[in-house]
Amino acid sequence: MAEELKLFRTWSSVFALRIVWALKIKGVEYETIFEDLSNKSPSLLQYNPVHKKVPVLVHNGKPIAESLVILEYIDETWRETPLLPEDPYERAMARFWAKFGDDKVLTSIVWGVFFKEGKEQEEAMLEAMEHLQFLEDELKGKRFFGGERIGFVDLALGWLANMISIFEEVAGLKMVDEDKFPLLAAWMQEFADSPIIKDNWPPRDKMIAKFQALRDAKLAAAASK
Amino acid sequence: MASGAMQEEQVKLLGIWVSPFVKRVEWALKFKGIEYEYVEEDLTNKSSLLLTSNPVHQKVPVLLHNGNPIVESLVIIEYIDENWKQNPILPQDPHERAKARFWANFIEQKITEATRTALVTEGEQQEKVVKELKEAMEVLEGEAAAKLNDKTLFFGGKNGLGYVDIVLGWICNWVEVIEEVGGFKVLDPQKQPHIHKWMANFVEVPLIKPTLLPKEKMVVYFQMVRQAYLGLAAKK
Repeated sequence: MAEELKLFRTWSSVFALRIVWALKIKGVEYETIFEDLSNKSPSLLQYNPVHKKVPVLVHNGKPIAESLVILEYIDETWRETPLLPEDPYERAMARFWAKFGDDKVLTSIVWGVFFKEGKEQEEAMLEAMEHLQFLEDELKGKRFFGGERIGFVDLALGWLANMISIFEEVAGLKMVDEDKFPLLAAWMQEFADSPIIKDNWPPRDKMIAKFQALRDAKLAAAASK
Repeated sequence: MASGAMQEEQVKLLGIWVSPFVKRVEWALKFKGIEYEYVEEDLTNKSSLLLTSNPVHQKVPVLLHNGNPIVESLVIIEYIDENWKQNPILPQDPHERAKARFWANFIEQKITEATRTALVTEGEQQEKVVKELKEAMEVLEGEAAAKLNDKTLFFGGKNGLGYVDIVLGWICNWVEVIEEVGGFKVLDPQKQPHIHKWMANFVEVPLIKPTLLPKEKMVVYFQMVRQAYLGLAAKK
């Protein structure tokens, strides 16, 4: 029976990248549809009417939205190379850290540190450092957050492995100091160099240009208030 | 003395009486018929158990299962569902599960967060978030209109209560209270007939009804919270 699997994404979305990684890790074939978010396709609007965002995975015509929800769907539907552990307690821990990554780490680094400057940025940096310390502690004795191999939490946090250096270059400050966060820095390197992961990063120069423009726009908007 | 065939489960829930997040976990435990010990925390003087169980957020609810802590209400509910197989909370089918999780996330991001913000803001800031809250309720009303009818009273479908119902249920007790304290209105039976019908059915469910909280007591509590936040904001 032919499976129809489509992934709606953009070239730069790190949330969509989570899905690319998961599908490739599991060896699942799929079709990619690149969206232009300034000109959303009728399909995207039909498949994700609530948020009108990417990523959206459409499996045999049925859409799933929200990247962590999609990851769980993928793990439940294609059972080889599991992303989440078997044990309910370990699964709860994985979900906790993935949520922590999105709610706290991403929010403080992107909205707090990267898109701000001056005192606001300094305060956000302190908060971000606290969050990163929790991740550092969680990596003790582990190669990946998932243990010996990449798992759910690694995919959820994987954006760090690429975006931190881009943010550091554009904003001109260090966020993950290898002396302060040796395990996290090592994990970022190991994750970034892993097969599948290393072949799927968006082009760095395009990302730098994009995020430079975004940062300039945000700072200008804030200054004009 | 137990026969030794099965280790006795020790389930403890750390909470505060007025938290909708704690209430959800209680509903999930009761739905599954799980025996548990409830511990009322004093958040102005957090117990060492709370601090060691939830070092990252230092918040309730915390579920302790045989001493192992699980935190974050949605994570706890999924743990409960996966660990105790009777009376499933989430659907079996992966696509239906994904839809349930999608709506749970929507409720959390667009309704729960927004209500919390509306409680602790005023003026323009509050107006903005109340507008967003109204829009979110409209979206939810759309989903309710699509899914619920005279035969299907709950988002859980044919089986009665499900994940989305348990995640959304707090609105029945809390929103009216927070509206009163915050001085705004989002609930509108004219604009949200399906949500209101769902609310009327939800509060009548036998396991839910006895858990509902006295509104006057809640108003006093949330008035204190609002004053505290507005006081802090004024100082900045």
